[in-house]
Amino acid sequence: MTTITDPPKESFRLSQLIYDTRYRSLTFQAIAALVLALSIWYLGNNLIQNLRAAGLNISFDFLGDTANYDISQRLIEYDSQSSHARAAIVGVLNTLLVAVLACITATIFGVIAGVLRLSNNWLVRKLMAVYVEIFRNIPVLIWIIIIFTIMTAVLPGPRAFRGDDATSSMVLGSFAFTNRGIYIPAPIWGPGSMVVVATFIASIVGVFAYRRYTTNLLYATGRLLPVLWPSIAMLLLPTLLVFVILGKPIGLDFPELKGFNFQGGIKIGGPLIALWFALSIYTGAFIAENVRAGIQAVSKGQTEAASALGLRPGRVMNLVILPQALRVIIPPLISQYLNITKNSSLAIAVGYADITATLGGITLNQTGRAIECVLLLMLFYLTISLLISAFMNVYNSSIKLKER
Amino acid sequence: MKKSVFFGALTVAGLAAGAAAAGTLDDVKARGKLNCGVTTGLVGFAAPDANGKWEGFDVGVCRAVAAAVLGDATAVEFVPTTGKTRFTALASGEIDMLARNTTWTFSRDVDLKFTFVGVNYYDGQGFMVPKELGVSSAKELDGATVCIQTGTTTELNLADFFRANNISYEPVPIETNAEGQQQYLAGACDTYTTDASGLAATRATFENPGDHVLLPEIISKEPLGPLVRHGDNEWGDVVRWTLNALITAEELGVTSTNIAEMSAAPGSNPEINRLLGTEGNLGEMLGLSADWAKNAIMAGGNYGELFEQNIGESTSIGLARGLNAQWTEGGLIYSPPFR
Amino acid sequence: MSDTHAESVAFVRETTIPESPPPATERGVVKWLRENLFATPANSVLTIAALYVIYLILASTLPWIFGGLWTTTSLAECREILQGKTGACFSVLTERWNQLLYGFKYPVEEYWRPNLAFLLLFIAAAPVLFFDLPRKLLIFTGLYPFLAYWLIWGGSALVPIVALLGILGGALVYQRFVKSSFAAGFFGAILAAFVIWIVAGMIIPENASENAMLRAVPSRDLGGFMLNMMLGVTCVSLSLPIGIALALGRQSDMPLIKWVCVIFIEFIRGVPLITLLFVASVMLSYFFPPESTVDLFLRVVIMITMFSSAYIAEVIRGGLAALPKGQYEGADSLGLDYPQAMQLIILPQALKISIPGIVNVAVGLFKDTTLVSVISMFDLVGMIRGPILASTEWNGVYWELLGFAALLFFVVCYGISQYSQWLERRLATDHR
Repeated sequence: MTTITDPPKESFRLSQLIYDTRYRSLTFQAIAALVLALSIWYLGNNLIQNLRAAGLNISFDFLGDTANYDISQRLIEYDSQSSHARAAIVGVLNTLLVAVLACITATIFGVIAGVLRLSNNWLVRKLMAVYVEIFRNIPVLIWIIIIFTIMTAVLPGPRAFRGDDATSSMVLGSFAFTNRGIYIPAPIWGPGSMVVVATFIASIVGVFAYRRYTTNLLYATGRLLPVLWPSIAMLLLPTLLVFVILGKPIGLDFPELKGFNFQGGIKIGGPLIALWFALSIYTGAFIAENVRAGIQAVSKGQTEAASALGLRPGRVMNLVILPQALRVIIPPLISQYLNITKNSSLAIAVGYADITATLGGITLNQTGRAIECVLLLMLFYLTISLLISAFMNVYNSSIKLKER
Repeated sequence: MKKSVFFGALTVAGLAAGAAAAGTLDDVKARGKLNCGVTTGLVGFAAPDANGKWEGFDVGVCRAVAAAVLGDATAVEFVPTTGKTRFTALASGEIDMLARNTTWTFSRDVDLKFTFVGVNYYDGQGFMVPKELGVSSAKELDGATVCIQTGTTTELNLADFFRANNISYEPVPIETNAEGQQQYLAGACDTYTTDASGLAATRATFENPGDHVLLPEIISKEPLGPLVRHGDNEWGDVVRWTLNALITAEELGVTSTNIAEMSAAPGSNPEINRLLGTEGNLGEMLGLSADWAKNAIMAGGNYGELFEQNIGESTSIGLARGLNAQWTEGGLIYSPPFR
Repeated sequence: MSDTHAESVAFVRETTIPESPPPATERGVVKWLRENLFATPANSVLTIAALYVIYLILASTLPWIFGGLWTTTSLAECREILQGKTGACFSVLTERWNQLLYGFKYPVEEYWRPNLAFLLLFIAAAPVLFFDLPRKLLIFTGLYPFLAYWLIWGGSALVPIVALLGILGGALVYQRFVKSSFAAGFFGAILAAFVIWIVAGMIIPENASENAMLRAVPSRDLGGFMLNMMLGVTCVSLSLPIGIALALGRQSDMPLIKWVCVIFIEFIRGVPLITLLFVASVMLSYFFPPESTVDLFLRVVIMITMFSSAYIAEVIRGGLAALPKGQYEGADSLGLDYPQAMQLIILPQALKISIPGIVNVAVGLFKDTTLVSVISMFDLVGMIRGPILASTEWNGVYWELLGFAALLFFVVCYGISQYSQWLERRLATDHR
């Protein structure tokens, strides 16, 4: 005897908005939307009122105006008659420059320190632990200031190079280490130099092709060709040959002390070096920890199995450990790169003309367009970090373990 | 005012000071303190001493205004500002006035919406170089590295000067005077440029001031003065006439030593009487007490006294009056009459 | 037979030889050295290089440290006494000690207040950091923020008391109504707190702070290392609940809430802290009501809290994601609703996993508080670069000051990270 009672009539009560899971999420979202809209309205209204009271307006026209200030560290043409927009671009390029340089060196420092932290050598292991702990636990701003102070207070000024009783001299006659920066010889591209460069690029391609060939040969036939020496020879010989045949088209422009400063050569400014070095050595300590964790994450059985197969220790590292460790190392590594880019904004402490110093510093001060400048600044950093995270997501999905 | 009570209850009473919309003068009176923006540290103009007490020429102006409005020269809250933060601090109402060697320019007055109430120091941008460099004119600085404070008019003047003379230079931007000093002394730049007064003040702190010279060229006009927000004319008047009172006092020979006796009873000079409130009702017109100017002058002395105590020739900074002498002595310091 | 056998062997040892010590190369210091320092030629080279590096560092710093002077009053005097010998002028630290720790404006006679607040901080933090302590201590932890606020800023004690009452009232209302519905409890609590604040705000007299027991100190007068500590502690503790809310929001099924949280987190994580501090110093005041001014300290706290809550949210999200799906399903099958499931099942586990990450964020944040020196606040670094190096007596003393700042931060940050490692070992319940 089964009676099927009708399901209770759907009648909507107000309390369902809170108690019924079907509607509750809608209620909450509606409340959230309301709160959000109210706060945006409140803040926006305050902003408008404040701006009106101060007689200001939001406008980006100032970007086209003449900047009227000079920047010494620049990668593109710029002088005081250029626009604020161009000054901002100079800043963007400088930010990217120091970020890329610091990423490269931080990786080198980090990998070396991380591998040495696992060394058999007790002293080296402890030394690297001390390095990592000291650099990780002291603010990067203090490191930047310390290294910049070392630059300016310890290195000699150009004046020390002058005269007969000069207290400093150039290293190898071509490198000058001064407190304004390091001067190195600059290449002079004579006629035919492009041929040399092209040869060099071709050699690099050739080396890669050769390596690929040897690998394929190894897998196909088991024959192992020598790799290292042929690679070096292929890299250098053709270029040198062309260089000599064409009559040495590439010369060097040595820095020379003229007037107040060294002239000629390439100048790597003091602020750039301080920032670059400080960021690399600070981030290097973090990367070292990532590298160590990555290597330790590979289970010991892998090493033992590889050794059991008869691989030499170098090959164990190259062929077995590192490929697996990299999977663990690279995601945090990329977020360290992101940190470097963001920390490069501390350039302002040493007067390096990055985007924070040009757009967010001088332009902001001279035009008084605080809101516009800070917004543009945030937009720039946001774009960079979104690009980097997008890249990271792509990478992560490409190395994801294919689970079967 | 209810809003301030509400904020107070939100545990931020000490942090969020409510302010009525009436006007800065009423705000200051209600608060019992004057918020005065000064530099983060330039000896002679505004710098905290070892006990954290602010001293200097600009500080003197702040104290005079506080004395005029509140009758108490110590009722000042000094807010240190950098080149970057000073204008926002003023525009947002965080400070009531800015006395931070700020140059009066067209765009700051018109575009940034501030009112410069007068000039308390006529300055100009100069260069300091080490003696051993053997430079005697700024035009010989071709290729030099120049330390410069960012966010100031000096940065723009510098670019103009070098461009006009068609010589090159390399700017080293720095944030504060202390940093500039460090860089310059370390030889990271060949020359340091800022207002001539600032250079003198900086040089005075060196171990061997004699090793450094100021070049003769003054490449810009830098009239420095206190400023307030646009649109609050009553408050602007208070600050303007306090400054003028200090200047007039010097012109009329009213000093902090003789002011007590001069203000006791009306004297023979009607302008002094009007200034000190023994005659007429100038104070009332400003919305202040009758002895406002007396208080302002008592705070640190008249203009000349402030100058001598803080930056004059008897101090380590050793600035001559020069352009900043009274108009009666061939300078530019000139106050409209108190009438 | 046995005899023959015995005779065929020339010698039979009947006692065991006493154990001879292992060869000299295989024991004690030598063995340790061989194995740890000179195992291979390459290893030996490394050791020698490392020794040389250590020698260089010590040779350059030790004479400087031990030759240091502690009692001079200016750099010039210090250099005079040293007469060209190597030595540090640590006297800048002794002479400016108070400025380095408290900034240059905090009233000297009130130094005991931040000191006391600092000591109490340890008591308040202890039950959070060490789980073995009696849970009753948590009551003090709850009271601590209000007490510390009152100690440091002074002024009327009514302000923190009212704030506390508001929160207590809110909590009571929550307890009362949460049984019927979480939403009712939650919104009721917020409402109750606001009602108490507003009503009490009207009762507190305007001039309550003027003759209070503790003299009111404006937050502009805070400075030195105290400012770093305060920013660090305040912002981390404020950002924890916000971070949890953001992390839950990001995992939410409600698209609107989810996207608001995602945009907020990604935006904050995408920009450097310094731009957020610029916002605090030059932009934020435009967003407050025209007739109110919110002082720089509070604006900076708001921005840094936003900054750290985004990072903490990501750490907690990691913790949430690491929980097996069964935990969520288990909670559902018990018939728990969302707040209950979160409160009783999910968050306790997720937070436990996230603690090391949260501590890392906290250490990073504490280090980042030095950035406020860029926007002309006088924290430790700001004091050093500003008033102290600009003063006539001490301009030119870099290493002593920077070294001191580095040392202070190192001690605090290293201490916290050691704690975090201890905790990680302590919480490791999986037996590997």
